[in-house]
Amino acid sequence: MITHTHRPLRVVLYEGNGSIQLPAESRAKVMMALLDKGYTVTRSSLGAPAMPHDERNLLVLGAFEGKAPALEDATGKITIDTCDITGLEPDAIVALVDKSRGEKTMNEPGKWKPWFPVIDYSRCTNCMQCLSFCLFDVYGVSDDNKIQVQNNDNCKTNCPACSRVCPEVAIMFPKYQAGPINGDEINEHEAGREKIKVDISSLLGGDIYSALKDRSAAAKSRFSKERSPDKALDERKKCLTKLVGDGFIPADVLASLPSTEEILKKAEIAKARAAAALAAQ
Amino acid sequence: MGKLPAHCQSAFYHLLLSLPATILYCRCAYAQVVPTGVKNEVLQKLCDSNASFETVSDLCEMAAHRDPRLQAIAACGKLRIAACYPRAVKGLFQQAGFPLPADTEILNMRTQTAQEIADALLSAAPATVA
Repeated sequence: MITHTHRPLRVVLYEGNGSIQLPAESRAKVMMALLDKGYTVTRSSLGAPAMPHDERNLLVLGAFEGKAPALEDATGKITIDTCDITGLEPDAIVALVDKSRGEKTMNEPGKWKPWFPVIDYSRCTNCMQCLSFCLFDVYGVSDDNKIQVQNNDNCKTNCPACSRVCPEVAIMFPKYQAGPINGDEINEHEAGREKIKVDISSLLGGDIYSALKDRSAAAKSRFSKERSPDKALDERKKCLTKLVGDGFIPADVLASLPSTEEILKKAEIAKARAAAALAAQ
Repeated sequence: MGKLPAHCQSAFYHLLLSLPATILYCRCAYAQVVPTGVKNEVLQKLCDSNASFETVSDLCEMAAHRDPRLQAIAACGKLRIAACYPRAVKGLFQQAGFPLPADTEILNMRTQTAQEIADALLSAAPATVA
């Protein structure tokens, strides 16, 4: 589970005046161990420019040979702790940092995957198709009627469906494996796909999710009976075939989908929000 | 505040150009989408150098909760970032509310070699953007 509490401290590996430089291999091991635990680490070496600073507490690690200096922030805004790491192995240094952090919460790798859409505003035309499409309220509209990602936590891990239906290929998921969804450059073929803007929510009417949720023969049969001979049917079939064929909606996402009635209700609400935002532009 | 004389402006401009860029390395620790060998080697090469540099566990994780550290990084002027696709990195900062300066150089550990990236990060000249 993610916490939205910011990191409680910034670790500085200090190798300037008054400390002994670590061997390069040890330095790399320490940094890898701290990063893989979720910490941010600054390496500060002799004569190098100051790193950008914020207002979080500092934990300064250095090979001070038993003489870790007492430091105080001139502005009094933050606390600065210093720790002598002379002769310590990487594991012991990580333990020291953990101890310094204490009970303060921090996200750690392996417990949560940062999965949410990132909008490429250089491509986005504010068509609101993603807002209409997503049934989990990930998208919203800003005060100036621009589409934006408002509820990261609602996004279903490993599901990039909204990216697939974006007519401008403007939605990225940086943790996705393949391009252009992962942010890779977009070629002409990809840019030209699905240029037709459609009202996804009314087009799909929730059927696509319920059909995917239950792939049994009965469900398939029921779905096929619900087809209508209008123009939307072609688009629905095309979209459904693509979704199923690509297999990009994971089983656990399908299992967590709301009921058909809820989907229809959500789709109507999203459609209204999108229409209102577009009308206000 | 008055405007600097032309000769001072020029000197200031050249001073800015001569300042080393801040180096940022993203570990991408929350998902295994960056090849482990490349990200380890890039970090090792940074550690082998005398450069100061900034590292983060995962830019996506920080962007998810609009970590103010991103603001400090975006505000630091000249910046070279070793992470993943430039479009994604720029989008993450923008979505977090802290857009990167236009001249930020982003190196892609998903497609470039560790040597290319380390050379670009540590070079005195502007890097080739992926």
